[in-house]
Amino acid sequence: MIHVSNLSKTFTLHNQGGAEIEVLAGCGLAVAPGECVALTGMSGAGKSTVMRILYGNYLAAAGAVVIGGTDLARAEPREILALRRSTLGYVSQFLRVVPRVPTLDVVAEPLLLNGASPEAAREAARAMLARLNLPERLWALSPTTFSGGEQQRVNVARGFVHPYPALLLDEPTASLDGTNREVVLDLIDEAKGRGAAIVGIFHDEGARRRVADREIDVTGFAPGAAA
Amino acid sequence: MTPLLSAQGITKRYGAHIGCADVSFDLYPGEVMGIVGESGSGKTTLLNCLAGQLAPDSGAVIFDTRADGPRDTLTMSEPERRMLSRTDWAFVHQHARDGLRMNVSAGGNVGERLMAVGARHYGTIREEAADWLGRVEIDPARIDDRPTTFSGGMQQRLQIARNLVTGPRLVFMDEPTGGLDVSVQARLLDLLRGLVRGMGLSAIVVTHDLAVVRLLADRLMVMRGGHVVEAGLTDQVLDDPQHPYTQLLVSSVLQV
Repeated sequence: MIHVSNLSKTFTLHNQGGAEIEVLAGCGLAVAPGECVALTGMSGAGKSTVMRILYGNYLAAAGAVVIGGTDLARAEPREILALRRSTLGYVSQFLRVVPRVPTLDVVAEPLLLNGASPEAAREAARAMLARLNLPERLWALSPTTFSGGEQQRVNVARGFVHPYPALLLDEPTASLDGTNREVVLDLIDEAKGRGAAIVGIFHDEGARRRVADREIDVTGFAPGAAA
Repeated sequence: MTPLLSAQGITKRYGAHIGCADVSFDLYPGEVMGIVGESGSGKTTLLNCLAGQLAPDSGAVIFDTRADGPRDTLTMSEPERRMLSRTDWAFVHQHARDGLRMNVSAGGNVGERLMAVGARHYGTIREEAADWLGRVEIDPARIDDRPTTFSGGMQQRLQIARNLVTGPRLVFMDEPTGGLDVSVQARLLDLLRGLVRGMGLSAIVVTHDLAVVRLLADRLMVMRGGHVVEAGLTDQVLDDPQHPYTQLLVSSVLQV
């Protein structure tokens, strides 16, 4: 489902003396349907960079990043958008939404974009928010003023409400209490059960051991590491 | 898929000065494209060339018309182009008073566009106008008031209603939130986003506000000195800018 080969990434900071920062070289990984791969490595090793390249948020310098048949390193914006709409979900650490839009609509949006009726989408969104124990009185409010843990759960709900065949999870259990952490881990297990290919970053070691089938240390993708 | 709009080598000079130079892109149905750049970068010149309000020195603007398929709007006859701008196109100006008739009632401003495409029944026109005022969150009770009695934000929303009432397929927007205070901006953005997504419109939005494009645009073109220096998926261009100018632009935004 997810095939990365020979990926490299360099940041060129033109306004800071043209400094070139090589972050990744010769990065390769493959994730099969139903499999969860955890990225590991110290802070700054490039875990988030890999995730962002997988989502098309960062541009690959070279190599191929093929997800569901689309090569993100070469695709047109509209192809990447189509992939994100139907195939590739992303639970980030940050919630970025239009001000004033109610939480329920934020969570229902991925289903609406995939052609669900407004009633069916809202119903599924309600079920997901209830499962994540987000108090019902918050559903009609915009999540912009929510606490970190509440925003995190809105993010998780948005990522799991549509059955994406490929999922990227950036610290999905960070800032959650024990009960909700369990709910998220169950959601991940269920997603694997229906055949989703998952790449995740889990600082929570217990969570990682429970859901990840394999670990990939991105330190191995640092420039020069292979040599 | 056929692009809705295909710009090919659009160049406009003002004497020795370059307005915009050799700009090409394809816009597909349902896509929203943002054009950003500093003042004088050529973004408004480009928008006016695309919308038929300014004749470029060279290039072609191919629009996929309903009746005859792809046609170059620069070589079509003036009546044909005027018909397009009344039916399939809409233009939202930065200053609402450039896009509204200030001495005509709010309902009249919306109804006029309907009449231009052939609506004749007064009751139906008024009903539709009232419906659109509601959609842009203007109290339909204000239907007989002139826009001169409206606040800046309300005028801008009225201009949007006037433009979208005829169900255009492509909307040109020039700094649609410029000059409005931030709380009004957020409301307008939410409204625009809902309308654009709900009606499946394509749009080209010129702005210098990066927050506006992040929320509204699928893809982004960055202009400087009349040239497109970078283009791509909006979040990719903003989060991983490649060109020195884009990097400067993104890093210059104040964090709140």
